[in-house]
Amino acid sequence: MIEQLLFWVFAILACGGAVAVVATHNVVRMAFWLVVSLGSVAALFFLLHADFLGAAQLLIYVGGTVVLLVFGVMLTASGPYNAIPTSPAEGIVGGAVGFLLLFVLVSSIGSVDWTEVSGRLPAVPAAPYLVDMTLAAKADESFVNTGSPRAKAEFAATQQQGRTVRQLGLGFLGLRPDRHLAEGDGKGSASGYFLPFEIVSVHLLVVLIGAAYLARAKRRVVPEGSMNVG
Amino acid sequence: MYGMFAAITLEDFLASNISYWLRMTAGSEFVLLAAFLFAALIHAGLLLGLFSGLPVFYIWLERKVAGRIQDRLGPTRVGGGFGWLQTIADGIKLIQKEDLVPKDADNLVFRMAPYLATIASFAAFMVLPLSDGWVAVAAECGAFLILALMSLEVLGIILAGYSSGSKWALFGAMREAAQMVSYEIPMAICALIPLMIAGSLNFQVIGRLQSGGLWNWFIFHDPFTFLAFFCYFITATASVKRAPFDLAEAESELVAGFHTEYSGFRWSIFFLAEYSSMFAVSAVAVILFLGGWHDGLMVDSVIDNLRGTGSGLIEGFSLGSYTANVFGAAILIGKACMLVFVQIWVRWTLPRLRIDQVMTTCLKYLVPISCFLFVMAVLWPLVLATSFSRPVFAGRPLGEKSLPLGVPASAAVAAEQREAAR
Repeated sequence: MIEQLLFWVFAILACGGAVAVVATHNVVRMAFWLVVSLGSVAALFFLLHADFLGAAQLLIYVGGTVVLLVFGVMLTASGPYNAIPTSPAEGIVGGAVGFLLLFVLVSSIGSVDWTEVSGRLPAVPAAPYLVDMTLAAKADESFVNTGSPRAKAEFAATQQQGRTVRQLGLGFLGLRPDRHLAEGDGKGSASGYFLPFEIVSVHLLVVLIGAAYLARAKRRVVPEGSMNVG
Repeated sequence: MYGMFAAITLEDFLASNISYWLRMTAGSEFVLLAAFLFAALIHAGLLLGLFSGLPVFYIWLERKVAGRIQDRLGPTRVGGGFGWLQTIADGIKLIQKEDLVPKDADNLVFRMAPYLATIASFAAFMVLPLSDGWVAVAAECGAFLILALMSLEVLGIILAGYSSGSKWALFGAMREAAQMVSYEIPMAICALIPLMIAGSLNFQVIGRLQSGGLWNWFIFHDPFTFLAFFCYFITATASVKRAPFDLAEAESELVAGFHTEYSGFRWSIFFLAEYSSMFAVSAVAVILFLGGWHDGLMVDSVIDNLRGTGSGLIEGFSLGSYTANVFGAAILIGKACMLVFVQIWVRWTLPRLRIDQVMTTCLKYLVPISCFLFVMAVLWPLVLATSFSRPVFAGRPLGEKSLPLGVPASAAVAAEQREAAR
């Protein structure tokens, strides 16, 4: 229930922030609304107990991209508050592309048979513990009367969902202990994402060095003899 | 009834008898919702008390230490001979001031920016454990999350400087942004070294791995973590914009930096955020390098034996665990306060760097040094393993100490005792 409430609060903030980004003309206000929207999306990730994804969203998008954006605006701004006026044609084209994307998303989401998909979910629901009161009540009955620390520990372990960091790290290296490992037919060790990640990061480093090389202050080459004149 | 107040985390609260009783008797979801909101309010209130109480102390300490270093007395009048209530008096004065917005300022962003900085700083307190089990949000990726949350504070500062409509504020914010964004890199790399040794991003695990004597602290794990602590502390000082890296607020050149146009309450919550961040980065340093909530003198291992005792008194509340947690929290806050004292001491004794010197220190010295330390800290156990055929010099390897997640410390301690008895 509280999860539902928080979901609606953050969903409205995320969508409202996104609309406000489009609606405002001032670049810095856009950045502010972008922070609201992206931060709410991170909060939605936390509600889904995808802690790592939420933290990455905060670090990369809110803390990284938006800061870079505002920093870039501050460095390049000619006037005090840069406004970006949009011409009507731009508005029509942008709106058309946006609504097309929305149509594609909605139609693809609508075409999924969710009852069939939810049947494939693991037995223990990944639903957050606060919603799942029935599970809590069942676990309560088992340990409240006995009060043994082990039952309590098991209860705590089942309650704390969202411990995905270790699985993410193993999956990154190609190990998927949650599937196929018991079968022992080689399916357990997929190729992983380590090599693509390294290639992308080296690529980004090359881009960074190239940008620094292009943007650096050009020094004029001074002939040797003319140095010590004075 | 007191079980509700003794619940340490929300998980504990949901598992406590009081919530069970509520579910059985009332059966209504609304009662449960009210209880949940009540519990959440208590937890948030406790954190908020810490968040706003520590800066009050630190501002007093700053004035007192600055006075002593400059051969003055500092505040002496408000609240007795030591000026204990000086910060409270300052706060009352600041709240009474007029809430000004300059004519050229961007009204909405100007008003919102202080809250953005403060919320980012406060959010970092959510994942900061104060003791073994005393943490608001026990996230498994807590260390990653706290670095992400602390990196958001710069956004409020940039927006504040830009929306002020003043060149002093704009210059200050630009320097601030350049400084904070670039110092995040060596800070994260230095924080990565103990995380890699612990093999976890969970502060609980990192803290428990450093239990026992002083030599178990990660700062003494190998020579490179010893250096990494100082590297981290320098970058942390810079990332909370303290002197000698406080040129963004250089009074002699920039009036006051990014908060030139702010006054009254909005100005004061920028300082609330700054002083709270000083505590947050110091507490992270304590957990990552200085043993967390362990005192290093084995006193806490005696007190840890109390965990789980004295539980008959109040339902769902163990007096022994509570005592142990209070003891741990006192040690952690004490250590963090000592680091904050060092930051204050450095501020009033070292001259301020120029902006180019600040950037040179970061990009040409601290980034290569932290990368070198990281690589060497990775290689160190391999070198030890090949030459001495053991991963650590002395004591037990860390892998033997790691405890399974989700098991309360009392159960783990009991298991250890059973192991010892056998």
